[in-house]
Amino acid sequence: MPERGRRIIPFPLPPALAATGLQVEGIRLEREGNALLDGTDLALSPHGISALMGPNGAGKTLLLRVIAGLETPEAGEVRMPAHMRGRVGLVFQRPVLLRRSLRGNLTHALRLARVPRQDRNDRLAELLELGQLDRIADRPARRLSGGEAQRLAIVRALARRPALLLVDEPTAHLDPRGAQAVEALLGRIARDGTKVVLVSHDTGQVSRIAAEVAFLHRGRCREVTPMPAFLSAPQSAEARAYLEGSILL
Amino acid sequence: MPEIGDSILTALGLIVSGDPDLIEIVLLSLRVSLTAVALAAMIGVPLGAALAVLRFPGRGALVLLVNALMGLPPVVVGLFVYLCLSATGPFGVFGLLYTPGAMIIAQTILVAPIIAALSRATLAEMAAEYDDTLRMLGASPTETIATLLWDARFALVTALLAGLGRALAEVGAVMLVGGNIDHVTRVMTTAIALETSRGALPMALGLGMVLLLLTLILNAAVIGLRARFEGPAHA
Repeated sequence: MPERGRRIIPFPLPPALAATGLQVEGIRLEREGNALLDGTDLALSPHGISALMGPNGAGKTLLLRVIAGLETPEAGEVRMPAHMRGRVGLVFQRPVLLRRSLRGNLTHALRLARVPRQDRNDRLAELLELGQLDRIADRPARRLSGGEAQRLAIVRALARRPALLLVDEPTAHLDPRGAQAVEALLGRIARDGTKVVLVSHDTGQVSRIAAEVAFLHRGRCREVTPMPAFLSAPQSAEARAYLEGSILL
Repeated sequence: MPEIGDSILTALGLIVSGDPDLIEIVLLSLRVSLTAVALAAMIGVPLGAALAVLRFPGRGALVLLVNALMGLPPVVVGLFVYLCLSATGPFGVFGLLYTPGAMIIAQTILVAPIIAALSRATLAEMAAEYDDTLRMLGASPTETIATLLWDARFALVTALLAGLGRALAEVGAVMLVGGNIDHVTRVMTTAIALETSRGALPMALGLGMVLLLLTLILNAAVIGLRARFEGPAHA
C-alpha cells in the first residue's frame, strides 16, 4: 500500500495475538487552517468489527483515509500490529468500479495483488462465492445495482488478503435487503479473521454486527465502548447527545 | 435546378457503378488519412497519457501548447511542410514533396495535437476518478497508466475517429504539399475543389456524397462508442 510520509509503526504481536489492535495516536490533520482531525486517539480491539460513529463532519472518513495511507497527517501516528502492515483494504462509500465486467474487476484486482496466474481462477471463484456474485459475473460492473456494486467493491478489496478492512458507510444508499446482504458479508469476513472497521450512522446496523463503537466528534475520539453498552449507556456527553439526535455537528 | 438534379443522378451513377477514377481517389484519401491518424496516435496517445498522469515542470505550458495546436490553420501547416520538403528545404533530399508521403506528414502534424489533447482530457478525468481505488488495490504508476489506457479505450477510439474526421476533411495542407496531381496525390477534398472549379459537377458531387457518407459513419461510430463508454461514474 502506498505511503506518503505517514508514520506507521509496526510492532510484533504478543504470543496471545489478542492484546492490541489498531492504535491511532494524536492524529492531527488540517485543511485551510481548520483542524479536521484534532489530536485523534483511539485503540481498537484486534478482532471482529469495530464501528466508527459520529455526526457528519466528525472526521470518520478522513480518519479511515489516514489509516489507509491516502492522507498524510500533520502530526500523530498510526500504530498497527506487524501482520496488518501493508495489508490494509479500503472500501469507499461510493466505490469506483472499473469499466469492465464484474469478473474483469476482480481479475484485475488479483493481478494487481500479484496473485500468481495459476491461482487466479481459484481466488476469483472464492471471491465471487463470498460476495454471492457468481451468477452475474459477466455483467458490466457499472450496470450493477447498488448492493451488488458494494459487495463487488468489498470482495475486490479482499484480493490482497487484507488483515485490516476499512469500510466507509457501505449501506448508506442501499435498501434493507441490500444492506442485510452487505452486513452478512462483513460478518463473514470478520469471522474469517480480517479485522473490520466500519463507518456507520445506523445504530441498528452497529448493534447487529459491531463488537465496539469508537465515537468521533469534531475530529476527536470521545469514547471507545463495547456494544451494547454504547447504545444503552454511552460514556461521553457528545455520544449521548448524538444518540438522542440533538447534535448535528 | 434540373442541371443540379441531373448532376446528382449522374453522381449516384458513378458511385453505384464503381467509377475507377472515383474509387482510386477515395482509396488514396483513406490510405493517406488512416496512415496519418495511425502515426498521430503513436505520438498523441502517449503524450496525452503523460500529460494526464505525470507531474513535471512545464507540464501546464505543454498542455496549453497542445490545446492551442488543435486549432492549427491547415494552410500554415501545409506551408511549413512545403518549406521543409522543398528542394532547398532541410528535408528536400528525401524527394517527398508532391507525394502521398508529404500529405501524410502534413495530416499527422494537424491530427496529433487533436488526439493528444482529447486523450489527455479523457485520461486526466479518469485518473482523478480511479486514483485512490488503484492505490488501494496496489497498482504501481505503470499499472495505473495501463489500467487507464485500457478502461479509456472506447474514449480513445473516439479521439482517433475525431482525428480521422479532421484528416479526411482537410484540403489546404494536402493541396499545398501534394499538388493535387491526377493518379498520384489527388484525394477527395482536392478533387472536389478542382472538379467544381472546372464545372464537372457529377464527379464533385459523387466525391462529396462519399465524403459525407464517411463523415456520417465516423460520427455514428463516435456516438455509438460514447454510449458504450459513458456509464455512471459510480455504481
